[in-house]
Amino acid sequence: MERDDLIEYSLHNHHDEATGKSIRKKIVQVTVLLTIITTVEVFLGALIKQSSDAWAYVKWSFIVMTLVKAAYIVMVFMHLGDEKKALRNVILIPYAIFIAYLIFIGLWEATEVAAAWKSFGF
Amino acid sequence: MAGHTTQLDAKTLWGGKESPFQTSYGKLMMWFFLVSDALTFSGLLIAYGFTRHDAQDAWPIGEETFNSMPFLGHGYPLLYVALMTFILIVSSVTMVLAVEAGHRMDRKGVTKWMIATIIGGFFFVGSQAWEWSHFIHGSEFGKIELADGSQAIVKGHFGEIKNFTVIEAGKHHKVGEVMKDDLMHAFQHAAEKGHLEGGNIHFADGTVAKINKAKDHEMKLIIKKSGSKNVIGGKAITGAAAEKLYYEALYSGEANRVVYGANMKQNEYGPQQYAQFFFFITGFHGFHVFSGVVINIIILLGVLGGTYHKRGHYEMVEKTGLYWHFVDLVWVFVFTFFYLI
Repeated sequence: MERDDLIEYSLHNHHDEATGKSIRKKIVQVTVLLTIITTVEVFLGALIKQSSDAWAYVKWSFIVMTLVKAAYIVMVFMHLGDEKKALRNVILIPYAIFIAYLIFIGLWEATEVAAAWKSFGF
Repeated sequence: MAGHTTQLDAKTLWGGKESPFQTSYGKLMMWFFLVSDALTFSGLLIAYGFTRHDAQDAWPIGEETFNSMPFLGHGYPLLYVALMTFILIVSSVTMVLAVEAGHRMDRKGVTKWMIATIIGGFFFVGSQAWEWSHFIHGSEFGKIELADGSQAIVKGHFGEIKNFTVIEAGKHHKVGEVMKDDLMHAFQHAAEKGHLEGGNIHFADGTVAKINKAKDHEMKLIIKKSGSKNVIGGKAITGAAAEKLYYEALYSGEANRVVYGANMKQNEYGPQQYAQFFFFITGFHGFHVFSGVVINIIILLGVLGGTYHKRGHYEMVEKTGLYWHFVDLVWVFVFTFFYLI
């Protein structure tokens, strides 16, 4: 039975060849960017030792580069950037809040546990 | 705002026609599933971070643990994982191209790019199988407990074992017999049990054989657990000094002085939890990749059968695409937090 109270959004997702061309161009650009970032990460990881003074900077640059890569994958490859703003927020904001809290509590507790082991032994 | 009533009209109240997110039910549910799956993976990675942060012994370093390439041996830090990452990124790209072709109702294009994605997925799962196998079997040197109680991982080139020459007869072997089969396996097995006393290998049947082994090169001991003399963070022990300490321990005749590879109880790379997290996180991700490949194959069959073309849209390709990109996304984080940092 046809329902007239629903809109079939999947039917409205088509685009023409010209749009497709610009989308493909963007895909290629993002691919090149992701490859470059990964190459830089591997070179940094292989060349700079964890014992060196520069390691703290390298570590944070890894985290930043990872977030940049993740943002491009989610926004371009998964098309979240093209969705409605409400949908984007519903997906990203609760996740971000929860994970920020979990990271904080995880590392904080680990520091305390490590200190306790040091003072009281195993 | 007590007592205040809001005027409800068709503009403020959702009448059921146009959905707030303007997206189909299936796609929305795929997103919700991915958020919950992302929470699972985040939980695992944060648990890993917790364990690593409170570990008392030195945690393994990615470029020291993962430095081998198939057919090429070792000395290629992180290169193999980088290759795996690249394979997964490329297969993500072919997937997004399949989705794009679907939006133009280009069935041939969808088929082509879906096949490429599936091949990429198989390559990744295969690479992971090699990586696991390599991780489980471990290096030729293993991790050694030195005389002062410290523990060290060993880098360098292991001199080949040429043969074992029997010097004391046992039940199955006569004096002077030269053994040439399965040498490395027998050597490592005996080393774990402490049956290499004095540089001779002692078999269960009473046979004692002399080990003829080429010299090792560029040996380097990196201390991972402090002992009374050697401490974590101290200078790496190299050359003749390293060889002396290593073989003193290996040929001590004591069991459990050396660990090769990894299992659920111990591993040569670092604390016990390290291997457990390796198996669980990369295993869970690999399982996702495997299911992704299976789902992609099912969708490809639908594409080939013309199911989606008749339906008028290729949204099924888009939805599996979301899952596939998610798998790539997770790997980006695993790559950073497990291998790089």
